[in-house]
Amino acid sequence: MRWNRSLLGTAAASLLLAAQAQAAPTGGHYGGTLKLVAAAAEGTADPGVNYTLKYWQLFPMIYDGLVTFEKAGGKAAFNIIPDLATSLPTPTDGGKTYVFHLRKGIKFSNGKEVMPSDVAYTFTRLFKVLNPNAGTWYNVIVGGDACVKTPKTCVLPGVVADDKAGTVTFHLVHPDSEFLDQLAVPFGSIVPAGTPEKDMGTTPIPGTGAYMIKSYDPNKGMVMVRNPHFKQWDAKAQPWGYPNEITYTFGPTATAQTTAVENGQYDWMFELIPSDRLNEVATKYPHQIHVSPLLAYWYLEMNVNMKPFSNLDARLAVNYAIDRGAMVKLYGGPVLATPSCQVLPPGMPGYQPYCPFTKNPGTKWSAPDMAKAKALMAKSGMIGQKVTVITQNVEPYSGLGDYVQSVLNQLGFKASVKKISPDIEFTYLQNTKNKVQIGVTDWYQDYPAPSDFLNVLYSCANFHPGSDTSINMPGFCDKSIDAMMQKAMTVSLTNLAAADKIWAAVDRKVTDLASTATMFNPKHVDFTSKRLGNFVFSGQIQFLPDLAWVK
Amino acid sequence: MSASDLLAAPPAGWDEPALPGEPAQGYWSSAFAKLRHDRSAIVCVLVLVAVVVACMAAPLYARYVLRGDPFQSNVSGTTMVGGKEVAVLQQATNGLGLGLTPIGPQWRFGPYMLGADSQGRDVAARLLYGGQNSLLIGGVATLICLTLAACTGLVAGFAGGVIDRIISIFLDVLWAFPIYLLAISLSIVLINESLHIGPITIGGNSLAVPMIIIGLVYVPYVARPVRGQVLSLRHSEFILAAEGIGASPVRILWREIFPNVFSTLVVFAPLMMALNILTEAALSFLSIGVQPPAASWGTIIHDGDGLIYTRPWVAIAPGIAIVITVLALNILGDSLRDALDPRAKVRLH
Repeated sequence: MRWNRSLLGTAAASLLLAAQAQAAPTGGHYGGTLKLVAAAAEGTADPGVNYTLKYWQLFPMIYDGLVTFEKAGGKAAFNIIPDLATSLPTPTDGGKTYVFHLRKGIKFSNGKEVMPSDVAYTFTRLFKVLNPNAGTWYNVIVGGDACVKTPKTCVLPGVVADDKAGTVTFHLVHPDSEFLDQLAVPFGSIVPAGTPEKDMGTTPIPGTGAYMIKSYDPNKGMVMVRNPHFKQWDAKAQPWGYPNEITYTFGPTATAQTTAVENGQYDWMFELIPSDRLNEVATKYPHQIHVSPLLAYWYLEMNVNMKPFSNLDARLAVNYAIDRGAMVKLYGGPVLATPSCQVLPPGMPGYQPYCPFTKNPGTKWSAPDMAKAKALMAKSGMIGQKVTVITQNVEPYSGLGDYVQSVLNQLGFKASVKKISPDIEFTYLQNTKNKVQIGVTDWYQDYPAPSDFLNVLYSCANFHPGSDTSINMPGFCDKSIDAMMQKAMTVSLTNLAAADKIWAAVDRKVTDLASTATMFNPKHVDFTSKRLGNFVFSGQIQFLPDLAWVK
Repeated sequence: MSASDLLAAPPAGWDEPALPGEPAQGYWSSAFAKLRHDRSAIVCVLVLVAVVVACMAAPLYARYVLRGDPFQSNVSGTTMVGGKEVAVLQQATNGLGLGLTPIGPQWRFGPYMLGADSQGRDVAARLLYGGQNSLLIGGVATLICLTLAACTGLVAGFAGGVIDRIISIFLDVLWAFPIYLLAISLSIVLINESLHIGPITIGGNSLAVPMIIIGLVYVPYVARPVRGQVLSLRHSEFILAAEGIGASPVRILWREIFPNVFSTLVVFAPLMMALNILTEAALSFLSIGVQPPAASWGTIIHDGDGLIYTRPWVAIAPGIAIVITVLALNILGDSLRDALDPRAKVRLH
């Protein structure tokens, strides 16, 4: 509590000083209030803890890391560029050491200047607040594994800060080709030293971005205003941003949001337009609709450690039986999704089209092969087994769950469907204690690397029985595939093309073993108000609110 | 209807005074005669019979008209409209080509008479099958409710003292819960965990789950008036006479008191069934009643919720079915009350 009061006091005092020192640009498209709306809040506003798309879309304009993804549309969105660091470091010591030089004069929204010690504190804090990926990404830092085991007493010798020299040095346990990607995502947001070593929940933590959180009430909304201490150092990394204020209202349903955006009451809605209204909206407001490709896939995860999907033939039967065209329809139609059989999405390094689960196996899915599926079912001996499909109780998940249940019944299973809240489904599927047999889920890239799909979702290391964070939901573990993935990650340090070939082979092997059944690769639809201009969609962050014009 | 209205029913065997020159009528035959002359009651009975017959004919509709399974998704299916084969889920052709719309009502006796839902399933077929489940759940839940209510009301009213107090407190506690909140809580637990009664396990998907839940939550609604009526009968002369000749309490309850509260239960039956059908629809609309792929009128309204802008008939059709059935049951309940009430102003002859 003391920390909060002093923080507010400091912020208020420094706000006055800074307002005189640095004024945000005015005129032109600068100014106004951008109004965002979503059905619900998404939990904590702590960038070291929150792992949701909704807030990962906001954090990049509130916080900075040492490096970041370029704030731009198109392919540039995947470029990693220096942010608080002056340049991208060249790793030394065989890829195990990174030295970052910090920019000088950058201040947090509480007026405190960013120092290398803040960086070291931030990464130690990640372990102490139980960051979801601390054990899979940041444990590559020397001392990381010990911190995962005993987070309360974590000291991270692998991060060395030198405030006088203005440098931060990272020592890794082994070379990691994706270390910079992992620093560029919001988990790598630098926070002030002394920030409480606990999940801060709804209390905003000062950041260095163009905006800061003025208020956050998960039952009502969030208000973001300009950070009075912000001074643009690189428009590609952290631009000034156009709106003076960004409000995020929580509550209205997707249908209500759609009507409100149509009427100009809000400028952008988080939820997808309900499929019932897509045609109406796309017909009446075609210039306010933005369809953008994504590096993502929707899939069915099948528990390989439980009947009936411990049986390969049963899993293959599901893969052959599902009509991916029908699933695309349930998602919103062929404009919004493309059928797929494999893990890696188009556009991802290592992607080579591959589809064995279709009438004419090859590179593209054409139609389900129910005859083959039924033959596999007969061979599996799993006919008559009870299966429960887990899905979310909102569309399009709900409809997909009903469809999967229907297909499973056609195959001879006795299937039921259990629809649960979107708030808990993702963690529910991950926890082996829930004995999930099959679930409808999806994965959107954290950063554009094949390992973010294959290694994260299918490696033995990411199967943690009994925990809520077993992101390898099927419990799939194949040592030979693990070895191939390790090899790909090592090769990628020196030869990306060779690594991509290995990733393509891993993709095929994982697909063939059918622990999951890929349904489709989605596209994203944004619906914006008539007044909103300069809509920029980053494949990494999605819609960039700070670059939108409302004036 | 208040409990005092119900208490107006006369003792069993009570004969209506005969008019000069006519034989005396029995209580039940008199009531039946009144009902036969109540036009609204006759219409309601006919409506209910029509609804039941239509719902029972669901398999015939599916087999001979639809020629398909209304419980299987038919997302990629086609149907014939005006001699042309068209997709059941139709891709938008305007604007950016976003979204799909299920085929709308064809308004002719044939497949997709009332259109399709978002899974491409025939709404009319599901409406008929759904009606079977709604009526079955409503009916069985009513039986459960009336049976439990009769037992608790009779025992509490007759035994009095501590037993009466314990049962009354239990009923008060049950009654204190908001009915829907209680039903929702029970449904969530039972759907997820299944119901275990001794060696019997009832799966979360079983129709027995909503039947039992709905039957239970309304027990106080009927049990309290029954108890009140038993209390007033407890010291009647014919009960004292029965006790005087050494009749056992069980015999007194079964032979003397139960026949006198039976008319109350009869009056309650259609009203409770109407209430139970509404409760089932509410639970199914919230996805905690009948579980897919089975249907009920409530689940179909839930399915139609996402199509209210483009295909409102998916939600409207089961809504109309519920309104007609519940209205008919309520009017029938009122007619029954009038028929079984000797003080009713509408008299025969």
